[in-house]
Amino acid sequence: MSSAARAGVMRRFTRHHLALFGGVTVVLLCLSALLAPAIAPRDPLLLDTSVRFLLPFASWTFPLGTDELGRDTLSRLLYGGQISLTVGLVAMATTVVTGSVIGLLAGYLGGWTDTLLMRFVDTMLCFPQVFLLLVVAAFIPPTLISISLIIGLTSWMEVARIVRSEILHLKEQDFIQAARALGAGKTRIMFQELLPNIVAPLLVAATLKVAAAVLMESYISYLGYGVQPPLASWGNMLTNAQGYFDTVPWLAILPGVMITLTVMGFNFLGDGLRDALDPRLRMESRPANAPTLRTRRLACLEQNDSASRAGKRWLVAWRRR
Amino acid sequence: MLSYITRRLLQSVPLLVGVSIIGFGLMHLAPGGPLAVYTLNPTITNQDIERIRLVLGLDQPVHIQYLKWAAGMFTGNWGNTFFGGRPVLDVILERMPATFLLMGSALSLAILIGVTIGILGAVRRYSVFDTLATTGAMVALSFPTFWFGLMAIYFFAVRLGWLPSGGMFELGEEGNPLDLLRHLVLPAIVLALVITAIWSRYARSSLLEVLHQDYMRTAKAKGLRPRERLLRHAMPNALKPLIALLGIELPALFSGALVTETIFGWPGMGRLFVDALNMKEYPILMGMIMFTALFVIAGNLIADVIIALLDPRVRLS
Repeated sequence: MSSAARAGVMRRFTRHHLALFGGVTVVLLCLSALLAPAIAPRDPLLLDTSVRFLLPFASWTFPLGTDELGRDTLSRLLYGGQISLTVGLVAMATTVVTGSVIGLLAGYLGGWTDTLLMRFVDTMLCFPQVFLLLVVAAFIPPTLISISLIIGLTSWMEVARIVRSEILHLKEQDFIQAARALGAGKTRIMFQELLPNIVAPLLVAATLKVAAAVLMESYISYLGYGVQPPLASWGNMLTNAQGYFDTVPWLAILPGVMITLTVMGFNFLGDGLRDALDPRLRMESRPANAPTLRTRRLACLEQNDSASRAGKRWLVAWRRR
Repeated sequence: MLSYITRRLLQSVPLLVGVSIIGFGLMHLAPGGPLAVYTLNPTITNQDIERIRLVLGLDQPVHIQYLKWAAGMFTGNWGNTFFGGRPVLDVILERMPATFLLMGSALSLAILIGVTIGILGAVRRYSVFDTLATTGAMVALSFPTFWFGLMAIYFFAVRLGWLPSGGMFELGEEGNPLDLLRHLVLPAIVLALVITAIWSRYARSSLLEVLHQDYMRTAKAKGLRPRERLLRHAMPNALKPLIALLGIELPALFSGALVTETIFGWPGMGRLFVDALNMKEYPILMGMIMFTALFVIAGNLIADVIIALLDPRVRLS
């Protein structure tokens, strides 16, 4: 075997492993969050000042130690996971629904609707997300749902672009003509004919959006405008830990590891899905990103082209089965 | 060229209008409206609030208010802060150099390292280095910036004591460039991490695309050496389009700078924003939102024009 071929095999191998690692991490995290009430050793809010600042692995009652108020770190991490994943999933759903509707309307209806909606997308992309998030989060009383909605409503723009460019390709195809000839209305064509055909790219985008949302939640919780204490979230656990940083670094390390693991898990899974849905067109062999006036599209390329093509082929094959 | 720049400028107009409408809308989303902060102050009576409302023109119809506000934005009258009554634009501009120093150093560092990694990865595609680099970039993209910053402070400032843990100068060392550099190292590296990952990914895929084009085969057939092919033929075509990333990634850079400045107590615009949030200084918040958005529009415009100047492949018509 030539060295290049061997390297190629090695690469595919590691890529699969990374996707597998992502998938397993995500499943384990979801399970641990779902089962938190059953497996958490203690109530995450239970104070016990007689056992403050216990080190991890030092006792069986507190496997990962305790914080400044004697609360069990493991239990807090598990319940924090519930919160992070809830926010991640709800925000992702908001992103996908908003992005798909706007992308569908813009792509299928075209004309003025398209121009207006896409200018709106461009406008939203001008604001740095953290700034926008923090301002709105400071205005609205922070609840789990409001945080998720705010994150979702400030990050749907890429999805809208992906969906729109998919629809622009799809709507010229014969089956849409046929649907129109059969007298199908616009709503029916958009939601029953076009939408099912963009499931694959949406799936990839959705997975990556969960990662981004978990990251955003931890940012704003860390800055004090997200999940409010005493409710534990990985972000606000880090804020607390910062005060005892030089003496008890554990308290800061553990929540950070959890955030990184979660975000990495979803990122690897999304990347793997993109590859799996399209084995022939991997990232490096994407169609040219030759510079045109629409250079901003560069930002979407990564999620866009390969995934969409793969998705279509995949679905065609799947339907023929 | 001139007509391209003009057209590109005109394209920014709807963006400006959109940004200003969203900014104006946000201000009115504030609980209790723009005057909410006064209602909490016991020394201010209801008559005072009524008078302020008249002075600020808040009794007028919404579209008149919007036009007045937009005209103010345009002429540099961005309102005054609630506490201290200083012009908002002055307060923001005062913090600008610190942020731009941080963003500029992080960006230069990230582009230098990221593009180098991307090129090496593309040239030695699927090598161990390439695999490690692409995986590493994915891991770096998953790091929460603030946590990476905290860990950096813990190891390099608290444990090893090599570098200061925050701020811009030691007491009594204000203006000393060496001291500034020492304070800049950690925040710049922390902010650069994610940007490096992004640039390495784009540089790699952009170069790979070019390497497989016909003119590269022609160059090889002509007998040009590999180094020459890479440096003179492949790299210019692969790297020029990446200038667009400068504009596209600008919002993310601002967001990253905000988080980094908060951790390191860097006295820039991000820090100003977080302080303003805590003090409910709505005029500063709105000013910052508008400032960053305008800067992003300008950044994208400049990036596009630079590409058009450098790259003959861009269709100007």
